[in-house]
Amino acid sequence: MFEASELNLRNKRTESLYRTLFLVMTLLLILPVLLILGTLIVKGASAISWEFLFGYPKDGMTAGGIFPALVGTIWLVSVALLVSVPLGVAAAIYLNEYAGENWFTRIINLAIINLAGVPSIVHALFGVGAFVIFFGFGTSILAASLTLAIMTLPVVIVSTRESLRAVPMAFREACWNMGATRWQTIRRVVLPNAVPGILTGVILEVSRTTGETAPIMFTGAAFFLPFLPESVFDQTMALSLHLFVVSTQVPNVPENLPYGVALVLIGMVLLMNSLSIALRMYLRGKKKW
Amino acid sequence: MNTHADQKHAIRTRGLNLWYGDFQALFDVNLGIERGLITSMIGPSGCGKSTFLRSVNRINERLGYVRIEGRIDVLDQNVYDPTVELVQVRKQVGMVFQRPNPLPISIRDNVIFGHRVHNKGKKASAAEEDEIVEQALRQVLLWDKVKDRLKHKGTELSLEEQQKLCIARLLPVKPEVLLMDEPCSALDPKGTEAVEELIWELKGKYTILIVTHNMAQARRASEKCIFMLLGKVVEYGDTDALFLTPKESQTADYIEGRYG
Ligand SMILES: Nc1ncnc2c1ncn2[C@@H]1O[C@H](COP(=O)(O)OP(=O)(O)O)[C@@H](O)[C@H]1O
Ligand SMILES: [Mg+2]
Repeated sequence: MFEASELNLRNKRTESLYRTLFLVMTLLLILPVLLILGTLIVKGASAISWEFLFGYPKDGMTAGGIFPALVGTIWLVSVALLVSVPLGVAAAIYLNEYAGENWFTRIINLAIINLAGVPSIVHALFGVGAFVIFFGFGTSILAASLTLAIMTLPVVIVSTRESLRAVPMAFREACWNMGATRWQTIRRVVLPNAVPGILTGVILEVSRTTGETAPIMFTGAAFFLPFLPESVFDQTMALSLHLFVVSTQVPNVPENLPYGVALVLIGMVLLMNSLSIALRMYLRGKKKW
Repeated sequence: MNTHADQKHAIRTRGLNLWYGDFQALFDVNLGIERGLITSMIGPSGCGKSTFLRSVNRINERLGYVRIEGRIDVLDQNVYDPTVELVQVRKQVGMVFQRPNPLPISIRDNVIFGHRVHNKGKKASAAEEDEIVEQALRQVLLWDKVKDRLKHKGTELSLEEQQKLCIARLLPVKPEVLLMDEPCSALDPKGTEAVEELIWELKGKYTILIVTHNMAQARRASEKCIFMLLGKVVEYGDTDALFLTPKESQTADYIEGRYG
């Protein structure tokens, strides 16, 4: 009575065909990632050493280490975050918790979406015009980080907003109803529950910022500097630009050196991403609704 | 407060009309909810019961498209008066929602939350807070069950306990009015019974306005009853009289189950 009919069997075959098809597509997606990582490790691992990480470039950047670039990238990313996170989170809080749905917020939303679509080279030119020249910061960490900050701002705003939205309305109503003001509600209930999401967004942003080259090239990153930056008004080397330079601009670079730089860059990004995932899992596990 | 105070009513509305955008949800509602009594509000889904409750504590306002005409006096003062401080209104008017919504913080913090919000600056000592928490939880008959796990999250309790917690957290700020919007509809029969018992327990200490579409519950648990239909108040009177000898044919139809 319950045997499969001809039609059942045919459906089953189609079903498994599609299933396999989608699986193969998914696997194809992972392939490039594995290939990139594999190539970098095979060709670049031999370059990595204590001296490579903590030494200065030597012999016209064909030997030595990448320490100034490593430190420079950390500077650039940290200053950019210091600017974009408070600004972005504040804007997201305003948009999600205070502003109603009206023409003003619609225009802001439109602006944010468009800002996110602006190519990074355009951000770079804007950075030169605004921060380097108009505000007179010169080519400096400050100018470069501000450019990066502007570039990442939309993503910080959008991801923060998503996390705020995920906090159930019932919590807010409960608070308001006990006489809490909007700010008390945000501080005591909404933000604590949105923090995991916000942090995840921020860390993913960090990893993207780490790799950006165009926005910092004209605004604050230098080809080669034999010293570390001392303040935000100094220029600095940066990993991403350094990678560009040693792979295309300098003659006679040993083959493993650019791969080594790329490996360090990817390593930093992967480290940040795994940190973000671990943090999210930890915080998710802690919360129960 | 004016001099010839209306001592009889905790909530008094006059010519209350409410629109959601173009849609009118309340029509000329004139109601006096008497102090210290339990009043139930019945009527089919969508007749405006929640809307009425939510306009008393002005929680509807966050929807930008709500428009109100007429006045709502709570404790003899129009809550829509421009000089009225919303926080003070909310302090006098506590609300219990359909779905229990304890905050995702500890049981103790849930209960003390309102108190802290209203007493900013002069922080109560831990001992005072303990006292307040215990008293509130005792009033909702929850103390014995949760006294050993005050640090646990409020959201870990059973639904019935959550709803009791939601009532408990209103009490420390000493509200005059408790609005309850179908407080039992998410609960099983046993939980419903327990919460009803609790509401009965609170009788006299607070003015309670409870929305329900469970008519048996309205009969059991209230002294006065309001029947609403399509945004209008059809009948309002003593619960027993309303159920036994309804004046309006629409009321009779409803309590005999002729509307869904
Ligand atoms: N936020 C809202 N926006 C627009 N219309 C609403 C909103 N809330 C309720 N309504 C409408 O108002 C009427 C009354 O709803 P409500 O007060 O929730 O009824 P009840 O609680 O008696 O079931 C319904 O027709 C409903 O569709
Ligand atoms: Mg309702």
